[in-house]
Amino acid sequence: MASVAQRRIKAVSYAKYGYMFIAPFFLVYCFFQVWPLIYTFILSFQGNQSNVGNWVGMDNYTTILFGKGMADGAYATNAGFFKALGQTIILWFGNFIPQILLSLLLAVWFTDAKIKLPGKGFFKVIMYMPNIITAASVAALFVSLFGDSKNYFVNSLLLDLGIVKDSTATIKFITDPVISKILVMFIQTWLWFGNTMIMLMSGIMGINPSLFEAADIDGANSRQIFFKVTLPLLQPIMVYTLVTSMIGGLQMFDIPFLLHIGSITNKDLETVAVFIYQNFNAGTEIQANYGYAGAASIIIFIITAILGSITFYMNRDKDEIARKKQRKKAEKQYKAKMKRGGLSL
Amino acid sequence: MSKNNDLYSKPKDNYHLKIVLKSTGVFIVCLLLTFICLFPLYIMISNATYTGMQLTENPTRVWFGNAIGENFNILTNNIPDDAKVVVRRTAAQYSSTFNILSGYLSSLLIAGTTTLLTVFFSAMTAYGLTVYDFKLRGPAYTVILAVMMIPVQVSSAGFVRFMYQLGLVDNYIPLIIPAVAAPAVVFFMRSYMKSSFPLDIVEAARIDGCGEFRTFLTIAIPMMKPAIAVQAIFAFVANWNNYYTQNMILKDRKLWTVPIMVSGVLGFDRYTDKGVNYLCVMLAIVPIVVIYLLLSKFIIAGVALGGVKE
Repeated sequence: MASVAQRRIKAVSYAKYGYMFIAPFFLVYCFFQVWPLIYTFILSFQGNQSNVGNWVGMDNYTTILFGKGMADGAYATNAGFFKALGQTIILWFGNFIPQILLSLLLAVWFTDAKIKLPGKGFFKVIMYMPNIITAASVAALFVSLFGDSKNYFVNSLLLDLGIVKDSTATIKFITDPVISKILVMFIQTWLWFGNTMIMLMSGIMGINPSLFEAADIDGANSRQIFFKVTLPLLQPIMVYTLVTSMIGGLQMFDIPFLLHIGSITNKDLETVAVFIYQNFNAGTEIQANYGYAGAASIIIFIITAILGSITFYMNRDKDEIARKKQRKKAEKQYKAKMKRGGLSL
Repeated sequence: MSKNNDLYSKPKDNYHLKIVLKSTGVFIVCLLLTFICLFPLYIMISNATYTGMQLTENPTRVWFGNAIGENFNILTNNIPDDAKVVVRRTAAQYSSTFNILSGYLSSLLIAGTTTLLTVFFSAMTAYGLTVYDFKLRGPAYTVILAVMMIPVQVSSAGFVRFMYQLGLVDNYIPLIIPAVAAPAVVFFMRSYMKSSFPLDIVEAARIDGCGEFRTFLTIAIPMMKPAIAVQAIFAFVANWNNYYTQNMILKDRKLWTVPIMVSGVLGFDRYTDKGVNYLCVMLAIVPIVVIYLLLSKFIIAGVALGGVKE
């Protein structure tokens, strides 16, 4: 009897339930994500401010990329975009490199069975903690600590320690074009190194421990183990970290946008995300430059896509490709040989 | 014998010494990093207990004062009528921007509802993609994988204009409903289901006459509790901290959430008070840190599982 019931159940098609279960996701996604993306694309070919809705062709793109165009301030828009793009790249490099080095070092230490480290769990919890704090609050906190004048904590401390000699020549952490960038890099590293460390740790722990043991028995020192065993096997998770960090870097917004005292944002920290935001969020609806914002968004979208594919292309399994090539070559040789053999016969 | 012993014991001692030295070095570096992580937060709490005047006189305070009540009174505009004009203006400015109770309620409402929507609908989508076999299953999953990486900024110009057209600016709907579609969470839940949800159970439930939706609600969801818990924590934190989208949509002060209030305080040009500033940041940070410390075990495990990066 059971088999009959089972057969009857198997005969019923449940496909419609599959569609029903995934329908809410795709409906909401199309309404709130896909259409806005398409709409951004459309807006990038339309005018700015009171001119929204009128087609202007590629004007926004030529204005942003080459500084040409009918609108006033086309040159300023062009310069602003490239300044923002350059600053985004500088800020990303400046936070990614120290972050990945520090995280890698910590991850290797934390997973090394030979190192006796008390309170490992405690360290992990504390090092991850900055990552869960609201970025807006982090910006406010660091502004309160690193203010430009002698009335703020760090400058006052440097004055007391005698590192800064003159109370009028304090370090301009917030307004100096270079030092403020270094501060943003520091904050970003402070926020993210714990997260990267834990991800890399889980990557290292996923490596077969007998490989480490074998290397140890063969007399490899810890540096050799790191460069010859850990790093090559960690490559997939490193690529993942690199790609997510790059895409995250292009989105960098909260800290650069909020790291200033008073109502005027710091132009020297403007990232691409801030550029886009300030164009479409300029006071009232009628002042908003939706065209520029849309065009810049689409440019960023293309850059993201290219970056992602380049990274994946560069990090393909090279051994696998070499082996494939060799196999093909061998096949060719074999075929050629067979041909020759055939002729000689 | 003794010669032999020497030969073998010497390098071993050295080895031990090396390990001890290395462990100590690592421990010191970790302590230093712990200090760097905690020190800004400690200064925030300790300096919130001084008045702005005291902090201007001597900004390097590392112990606790007794003015936290005073700062709180300024923040809540609870000051005597005969106070100085500066104090009154400062208090009026802070209390109109940083209404902590309403901020907590708004943030809690948004983060709570988005978390529920995200985990429920992600589990549902993952269930649909794993249990049922239909034509578009493969393409649907590929689409989810592809859109996971699209940055939110890329579509935000169109999003905001679309919301203006629908009249949904200054409304929580555009902040809450999109949570139904969270590709990264679906991805995570699907891989969890693939590894630890036996499909035979669904068949058994069918034979017993259980409806499809009921099977999902009463059998699948309880079995997915660990994955749901981890994703719920991350969704809550991410939405509590989401400044970018909230700041685009919420222009009316009455609707402001905690991150927008903090950024509002940062934007003051005049009548600022450092002690009150620290207090604002503290009020914004402390709840999330407490939640984190209570749930840190799950959170660290969740990060290690991967598939979680904002």
